[in-house]
Amino acid sequence: MGWLEPLLLTIITASTPLLLAAIGELVAERSGVLNLGVEGMMIMGAVCAFAVAVQTDNGFLGVIAGALAGAGLSLIFAVLTVSMATNQVATGLALTLFGIGVSGVIGDGYVGVDRSPLPRLDVPGLTDLPFIGPVLFGQDALVYLSFALVIGVTWFLRRSRAGLTLRAVGDNHHSAHSLGLPVVRARYLAILFGGACAGLGGAYLSLSYTPFWVEEMTAGRGWIALALVVFASWIPWRAIVGAYLFGTITILQFHAQGAGIGIPSQLMSSLPYLATILVLVIISYERTRARANTPLCLGIPFVADR
Amino acid sequence: MKKLLVAAAVLSLGLATANAQEQVKAAWVYVGPIGDFGWSYQHNQGRLAVEEALGDKVKTSYVENVSEGPDAERVIRQLAADGNDIIFTTSFGFMNPTAKVAAMFPDKKFEHATGYKRSDNLGTYSARFYEGRYVIGKIAGRVSENGIIGYIGSFPIPEVVRGINAFKLGLESVRPSAQIKVIWVNSWFDPGKEADAAKALIDQGVDILVQHTDSPAAMQVAEQRGIHAFGQASDMIQFGPTAQLTAIVDDWSVYYTNRVKAVLDDTWAADDTWGGFSAEMVKMAPYTNMPDDVAAEARETEEAIRSGELNPFAGPIYKQNGDLAVAEGEALTDEQLLGMNWYVKGIEDKLPE
Repeated sequence: MGWLEPLLLTIITASTPLLLAAIGELVAERSGVLNLGVEGMMIMGAVCAFAVAVQTDNGFLGVIAGALAGAGLSLIFAVLTVSMATNQVATGLALTLFGIGVSGVIGDGYVGVDRSPLPRLDVPGLTDLPFIGPVLFGQDALVYLSFALVIGVTWFLRRSRAGLTLRAVGDNHHSAHSLGLPVVRARYLAILFGGACAGLGGAYLSLSYTPFWVEEMTAGRGWIALALVVFASWIPWRAIVGAYLFGTITILQFHAQGAGIGIPSQLMSSLPYLATILVLVIISYERTRARANTPLCLGIPFVADR
Repeated sequence: MKKLLVAAAVLSLGLATANAQEQVKAAWVYVGPIGDFGWSYQHNQGRLAVEEALGDKVKTSYVENVSEGPDAERVIRQLAADGNDIIFTTSFGFMNPTAKVAAMFPDKKFEHATGYKRSDNLGTYSARFYEGRYVIGKIAGRVSENGIIGYIGSFPIPEVVRGINAFKLGLESVRPSAQIKVIWVNSWFDPGKEADAAKALIDQGVDILVQHTDSPAAMQVAEQRGIHAFGQASDMIQFGPTAQLTAIVDDWSVYYTNRVKAVLDDTWAADDTWGGFSAEMVKMAPYTNMPDDVAAEARETEEAIRSGELNPFAGPIYKQNGDLAVAEGEALTDEQLLGMNWYVKGIEDKLPE
């Protein structure tokens, strides 16, 4: 069992940024908005979190800054796509390019700066428990936050009135509008939440996963988060399954290589993606059930009837 | 009047070209962001060194994040059209675009890093990083406690395979029983994955990490876990104050300064440079966190390679499958090194095809 504990710890680290970004995007998409700018919002979160953490020497403020930076960038997206009804796909792509570019400028003075990782939770007595201790009670705050967010979003979408409004807006914005539901406000808030979560995912990368800043350090994780939302078929708890499946395969293939198991490494590197495609095929095979949670207005701009 | 102005402009332009040697315009094309703290960062440090050395005799510019496709040709052509006298393109994938643009602008000078296409106005250059890898192999053999070394590779291309082989030969020369575990991350630059690979190797019991990827992630993990590691491309001591043994540093400043100077003096000619320690293209960061006698041995090895007394790829060398690659008294040729797609004997990893 000695090998299992470090393995689990690495898997949690690899999966957390994906889960954070995916759960935010899931909420945005449930409101009917497809934001392809996740990668850009993540990288902005990463650079702002690192810059603030270094300047103030306070990781907590860094995390807040990361969330705010992600939300700030998503506000641009919200103004363009919701208020001005621009094409969501094109705007989202532009947002990613914009985020990558701006983050490089902001991070210019922080290349080559080292920082110690975010503090880990230490519950006296519990953290010292063999095996369970370090895995369950020895993570940093963002790991617990990622699970709390999934639980919160599940409750919000299923049980709360505001969640019902959000789903109604995502499924049929014209009906929702004629019922007097605040379509524009719901989408603004959903987009901002998505941006903040992507920013948190970025903050996790630059403060905990690899606590330094280098340009383009998200390395495509925003795109994986986008795929995970579809993988989860817009159901929050499935995002955990997707993110952890992805993280697990990534880590396991490294261990397999290190142990000298003779499978070509290129094939192993592509395994997480192959697994995602496979699951996509499986879930879309069951058409009616899988589509039950698809927001019908996803990607369609809303222009109020006069 | 208008004609006169145009004529004057043309004349002055002509004069400017004739006197171009008073000030050289030099441009660089980078494949990554200059903030990558690795490959592109070091090329940019080289550019800054040229500015420092030549002052107002040179005017430099650069374009970063240029993808290795049709974009590259457009960028290089634009730089040539903008009146740059010499253009350095710093990634293997820029080879064909550079060759194409060089043919279009015969009066401009081009230099392409790590490629093999040359012409009258297109030279190539690269660095013998494997010399450094032989040195760190020796250090690893002396410093490691259990003799299990972790090696993080990017892609199984000759440049990286050559590095692993040179490392193995250095390691073997002081500790034949040592073992190397290789993990390929199939990326030059993904800090998260590099950290994951480093953790996987440490969890499997290695006590020294070698990397051939660009970010300081592995060094940082080594520091956190309390083992030793070697830096890559840049001196990474700030990421591993107690972990870094040394780092193989890409240093392009001397080369770039000499080449731009050659344009100034009108002595530039297209050629092929593949330099190592002796050309000051490869440097070792200070030897730290190791016993003095190991550091002394490392310095001696470095000196022997610099003077040409020691060739890391001198025979006899056997391939992984037992075939003799080069006999005693001979050494692998540059051509063999450039196309190296086989492991030396004793490496247990299976090279991905």
